[in-house]
Amino acid sequence: MTENSIQNTPAQRPGGNYFGAVLAVAWKDLAAELRSRELLSAMLIFALLVILIFNFSLQLDRTTRESVTAGVLWVTFAFAGTLGLNRSMAIEKDRGCLDGLLLAPVDRSAIYFGKAISNLAFMLIVEAIVLPVYFVLYNPRNFFNPGFLGVILLGSIGYVAVGTLLSTMAVQARTRDVLLPILLFPLVIPVLVSAVQASMGFLSGQPFEEILPWLNLLLVYDVIFIAAAFMAFDYVVEE
Amino acid sequence: MSTQPRALIVLNVVSVILLAAAYYASLVYAPLEAVMGQVQRLFYFHVATAWVGMIGFVLAAVAGIAYLWKKDLKWDAISLAAVEISLIFFFIAIVLGSIWARPIWGTWWTWEPRLTTAAILQMIYLAYLLLRQGIEDPEKRARFGAIYTLLGGISVPLTFVSIRIFRSIHPVVIGAGGAEAQGSFSMAPVMVQVMLFSIFAFSVIFVTLFWHRMRLGSLESRVEQLKLKVMQ
Amino acid sequence: MIIVKKLVKRFGLKTVLRGLDFAVEKGEFVALLGPNGAGKTTFLRILASLSRPSLGMVSIAGYALPDQSAAVRRRLGVVSHMPLLYGDLTAEENLQFYGRMYNLPDLSVRVDDVLEMVGLSARRRDLVRTFSRGMQQRLAIGRAVLHDPEVMLFDEPYTGLDQDASEMLDGVLRRVAAEGRTVVMTSHDLARAGELASRFDILSRGVIAASASQASLGKGNLLDFYKQALGA
Repeated sequence: MTENSIQNTPAQRPGGNYFGAVLAVAWKDLAAELRSRELLSAMLIFALLVILIFNFSLQLDRTTRESVTAGVLWVTFAFAGTLGLNRSMAIEKDRGCLDGLLLAPVDRSAIYFGKAISNLAFMLIVEAIVLPVYFVLYNPRNFFNPGFLGVILLGSIGYVAVGTLLSTMAVQARTRDVLLPILLFPLVIPVLVSAVQASMGFLSGQPFEEILPWLNLLLVYDVIFIAAAFMAFDYVVEE
Repeated sequence: MSTQPRALIVLNVVSVILLAAAYYASLVYAPLEAVMGQVQRLFYFHVATAWVGMIGFVLAAVAGIAYLWKKDLKWDAISLAAVEISLIFFFIAIVLGSIWARPIWGTWWTWEPRLTTAAILQMIYLAYLLLRQGIEDPEKRARFGAIYTLLGGISVPLTFVSIRIFRSIHPVVIGAGGAEAQGSFSMAPVMVQVMLFSIFAFSVIFVTLFWHRMRLGSLESRVEQLKLKVMQ
Repeated sequence: MIIVKKLVKRFGLKTVLRGLDFAVEKGEFVALLGPNGAGKTTFLRILASLSRPSLGMVSIAGYALPDQSAAVRRRLGVVSHMPLLYGDLTAEENLQFYGRMYNLPDLSVRVDDVLEMVGLSARRRDLVRTFSRGMQQRLAIGRAVLHDPEVMLFDEPYTGLDQDASEMLDGVLRRVAAEGRTVVMTSHDLARAGELASRFDILSRGVIAASASQASLGKGNLLDFYKQALGA
């Protein structure tokens, strides 16, 4: 048992804790959410409601419905996603926990990556539930093919990369809740366009060469924006 | 109360003259285009305002970078003024483009790459202004504004590319078959002249409005400062 | 240990700290007193590396802020009036999380020790949102000493605590001080501050208006000293 005496902080391992911090933040979010489930339930219920509303507002025959599947799903994910992003950051801000994170002797971007990973996890969990539900309701063809699922992943990554950064800004503004979608959607259009087109491609069995440009665009977007958000995060949390 | 510096007063006059001249040039001086007729005349102002609006946005992004580097709020004032004026210029460009499109393409709007990107750029401008409105601390407002213009600046080219690919795969646009092909025309030298002149005229107008906006901004700060003095 | 020279902090046009000078020796316990709006929280946030100085020099344990803030943060423990704890995690999990963020070795042993020290070992598996304010504050202090910091900053730690909780906090603070840590505490509670601190600094209108050691004041004279410093 150590005495609580002053040492010149040799109790800390020197050097890189970056990765550990990232994982700690992501794990903390997931553990807390598993307990309360308030974020996930909000996102999930909202997503299912949107799908329902689409069903009643777009009275479509089967073939037309097939062609709008990708669009409907991505719109749903985009809107449910803002709920998750908002809530995730609001938790930090409201109890002052963001300060707690900023006090850690680790590069600020570790906080960004940790939050982005947990936000991505939440989005993927919601998608993993909504997709089977959609399948059961509408029985679309060719649904669970790996290409389609890969697009969902790539698109979600791009969305969350920008969304996490913007939610950090939005949560510091007075108009917090409405602001995030307004900031996010114009920037995330390339993701939505590419993801919908690529999804449609995979669902309708288009040849891979035709889908490739969309996948390339998604990848480029993801890489560019993860890098940009990573660099911008410092500026967004400092005071 | 400071009065306008003499250079600005001169600029006001010059701008009005240039605007009148540009009107004359596009409506009277320029030749009538064979295929499209009179409506083509809108084109000069449309292109001029669009170009100047784009440059305004680039100016805002550059001023944003300058702010993040130097931390001088003057750069933020430049960014804000540039966005506000570009917002209006771009709006004019979109409206003129729409009016032009109606007789040519048979539709008020079409989801072709440039128009769609223009609309999204407008949304980014508006989002920028809304972001600023929600933040009270001037320094934070400036920082966030700068970051957002930069992110916007990166995403707009990607947006343009994505819609371009979209259109190359879906060439027929809703309700305006073959719009792209019909929309182009070759420009006689006189037309090029008029267009360049319009761009010049609107650049001068932009600078004038920009200067006025910057003055307005610094007067606003003066008022804030005086308010604080009175309160303390 | 803490050296502050000519610290200026501006928020836009408003200047909160106006060339503040401040110094704390190793092991001192300084109570920072002053009226609301004097800038105590702003000052503490700058010391905590959460806010950047507009001008001036700040150094803690030999490291300069803001350039060497990571080195400073390793040696700094902060207790604010907000708990900085995650309600949906248990006491244990909260400490483990922060321990990981600080990259502490032998984490579970350390967590045990700290829980023991703040008297929360029995409630270690309970969710923090079930804790009373006093217990949360105790856990917050536990979080702050987890990484064995040389310097501790307390911002209004007694806010919202009842009599029992305040007494417990007294005990913890005394222990923290006895361990030789350097402490700066802001407080409205003159009586408590009077008991604990070895030195009293009054922050008024953005500078340290007066400073006196416990020895020179004697008990019971703190209130007079405070009023005098503000009246001047």
